[in-house]
Amino acid sequence: MKRRNKRLGIVVSALAGLGIATALVLNAFQDALVFFITPSEVMAKTEMPERNFRIGGLVEEGSVIRDPQSTEVTFRVTDTAESVTVVFDGILPDLFREGQGVVAEGRIGPDHVFRAYNVMARHDENYMPAEAQEAIERAGHPGDAAGGY
Amino acid sequence: MWPELGNFALILALCLAGLQAIIPLVGAQLGHDRLMHAGRSLAMGQLVFLALAYAALTLAFLGNDFSVAYVAQNSNETLPVVYKFTAVWGGHEGSLLLWVFLLACWTVAVAVFSKSLPKEVLARVLAVLGMVGVGFMAFTILTSNPFDRLIPAPPDGSDLNPLLQDPGMIIHPPLLYMGYVGMAVVFAFAIAALIGGRLDAAWARWSRPWTTVAWAFLTLGIGLGSWWAYYELGWGGWWFWDPVENASFLPWLTATALLHSLAVSEKRGGFKVWTLMLAILTFALTILGAFLVRSGVITSVHAFATDPDRGTFILGMLAVTLVGSLSLYAWRAPKVGLGGGFGWFSRESLLLGNNVLLVVACAAVFIGTIYPMALDALNLGKISVGPPYFDAVFMPLMLPLLFLVGVAPSLPWKQGDPMQAVYRLRWPFAIAVVLGAAWPLTVGAWNPLTALALMLVAWILITTGVDIVRRLGRRQGLGARLRGLRPSFLGMHMAHAGLALVAMAIAMVNTYEDERDVRLEAGETATVGGYDFTLLDVDRIRGPNYDATQAEVRVTRDGKMVDTLYPQLRHYDSQPEMPMQQAALNRGLTRDIYVSMGQHVGGGAWTMRLYYKPYMFWMWIGGLLMAFGGFLAAADRRYRLARDRSAVSEQQVRADQPRDFQEAQG
Repeated sequence: MKRRNKRLGIVVSALAGLGIATALVLNAFQDALVFFITPSEVMAKTEMPERNFRIGGLVEEGSVIRDPQSTEVTFRVTDTAESVTVVFDGILPDLFREGQGVVAEGRIGPDHVFRAYNVMARHDENYMPAEAQEAIERAGHPGDAAGGY
Repeated sequence: MWPELGNFALILALCLAGLQAIIPLVGAQLGHDRLMHAGRSLAMGQLVFLALAYAALTLAFLGNDFSVAYVAQNSNETLPVVYKFTAVWGGHEGSLLLWVFLLACWTVAVAVFSKSLPKEVLARVLAVLGMVGVGFMAFTILTSNPFDRLIPAPPDGSDLNPLLQDPGMIIHPPLLYMGYVGMAVVFAFAIAALIGGRLDAAWARWSRPWTTVAWAFLTLGIGLGSWWAYYELGWGGWWFWDPVENASFLPWLTATALLHSLAVSEKRGGFKVWTLMLAILTFALTILGAFLVRSGVITSVHAFATDPDRGTFILGMLAVTLVGSLSLYAWRAPKVGLGGGFGWFSRESLLLGNNVLLVVACAAVFIGTIYPMALDALNLGKISVGPPYFDAVFMPLMLPLLFLVGVAPSLPWKQGDPMQAVYRLRWPFAIAVVLGAAWPLTVGAWNPLTALALMLVAWILITTGVDIVRRLGRRQGLGARLRGLRPSFLGMHMAHAGLALVAMAIAMVNTYEDERDVRLEAGETATVGGYDFTLLDVDRIRGPNYDATQAEVRVTRDGKMVDTLYPQLRHYDSQPEMPMQQAALNRGLTRDIYVSMGQHVGGGAWTMRLYYKPYMFWMWIGGLLMAFGGFLAAADRRYRLARDRSAVSEQQVRADQPRDFQEAQG
């Protein structure tokens, strides 16, 4: 191959690579991006999004109910203004506690019950999950943060 | 007293690094021998003082000197002694000290083992390493000094994070840092080549073993981290696409591309400019990794405590590195030249394919990692990018890469004959397709994507075997035949086979793993993956510095006893509010069985997580094979010989490959 052809070849393959990457990224982003919504924002919506998203806040005191026969757990997540009922089937993280910060990933049904497939608590006893913190701040100062999805 | 000495030694090491960054460089520009030679002594001095600083911090840990803030945060009286040694790098400040110490070790290694490098090149390499050292030591001293005092001293320290009190964690960070720091050496070689304006086959021969060794350490470090996450976190996963994991994976991807690009630079004098770019990118990505882990922009298992100064400092360092090296690149790269040409179907073209795929994969992972942080930083809302994104972008890029691994090693340089390759590889291809299609049936229901992945795995393993046999067959007598296998050749195939095994394990685990969260009372049984798990008893036991609740779980299959497993839930004395899971495993060649405890849910009932993970074992074997393949390849005699005749480099290479190379130049 002549030098010019070679350079052309390299440019073409680089562009092809870039094109493939862009296509893959955009395609994957469409399905895999998980947005974050606070409980107040969830309750303010009349139409529920047909996709997975995250909610965050505090586990409401006294709201945790375990099903005696299975591993299903029901609890409420609050941002101090509003709260959302969450149902999760599985093992909760070690640091899951009433009154502590929590983030849940899943989708909401027409009955306004959030079915979580993943529940996260912070790894450290001292800190709140960033998203739980944000939910409470947004509830405290509505309109401050750019919310929504 | 010791901590002050350590601090003093650290500052002295910084001063020496500053001198090392300037004196040899000036010497190389002026052609002044003594100035250039100073680099070596300065590197030695730096190592001595950093070793002293490191020893001082270790002594502070062993002596329970809680007046040192870092010791008070990461140790206490009851911490087992072995963990006092490892706690030195268990937190942010100490791990940085380990980082700069390892950098000094690599620098001295370069100085000692590269005696035959042209003295200008060695001087420039050491100067660049000196600059890197200045950056990281200044960072340590200014923002994260491990010797800071805490007055008045607390009576007892808190504790080493219980997650880190584990044998896997003892060696994970040093291996990872060996890899990161090794990439600084590769970067230094690249910058030296740019300054000198000369990049020839000899240069590629010097930098190749260093790159390969650094890459092998990085591979081991990442593999070990994954292994640790698998059994210690109790989530049963081995890779989460967590930003911190990605931080180590991004430079690994570009370093892998660099290894292959360097092969072309060495053998064919090609890809030169691209090789330099990859070396710069890889080093920049290691700094970016440091930023992700140490600035507090992300919150994860790995992330260290937050301090905005640190993030700013590392970003500054990243900016200086990129601006400096890319300006130098723009200015000098045209001088380095493009190198030889090649046909569309040749080993070069397939290696180019390898490079494009790896760099694109790196870009995709980079976007998925950085995009949510950028949005958050700009206050445009919070999103998260999870495993589905990474799986969706990563797999389509890796499948063609796996295919190329089977073709490229046996292809000639410069110009291959596609028809001949098809003819030669027809049987391996046919066998791989059949094996790959049948293999999933031995585990479970047939799945097309899994079958495709396993075909590619079989393809790599078979072509690797065929290529080795082909190489053996040329000589008479077994001894001569075995001698004919060069370490670099065997190392390459070993690493490729390792990659195939990792891919096999990923395909199997992702498709056929069985996971159940169950609620068990004593005497109850649950079934997962054909195995019956019976909870026999739950006890409380006492460890050296923790209380644990330990379950006794009997595992049987078709009524036959397999194993009794003892998963624990530990409450460390220092952090009673933070329980830690200790999963219990039964490992086997074709499957792992994994039990971790959940919560006490009233009465005698517990939630438990049960896993059946087919072929998990091969993930770790594959990772080890890749790393040891790297070490083996780097040990090739050729690199040492090449150094002996380094002075004659360019002519020598032309003489080695008379016809091809000159044609390529034309």
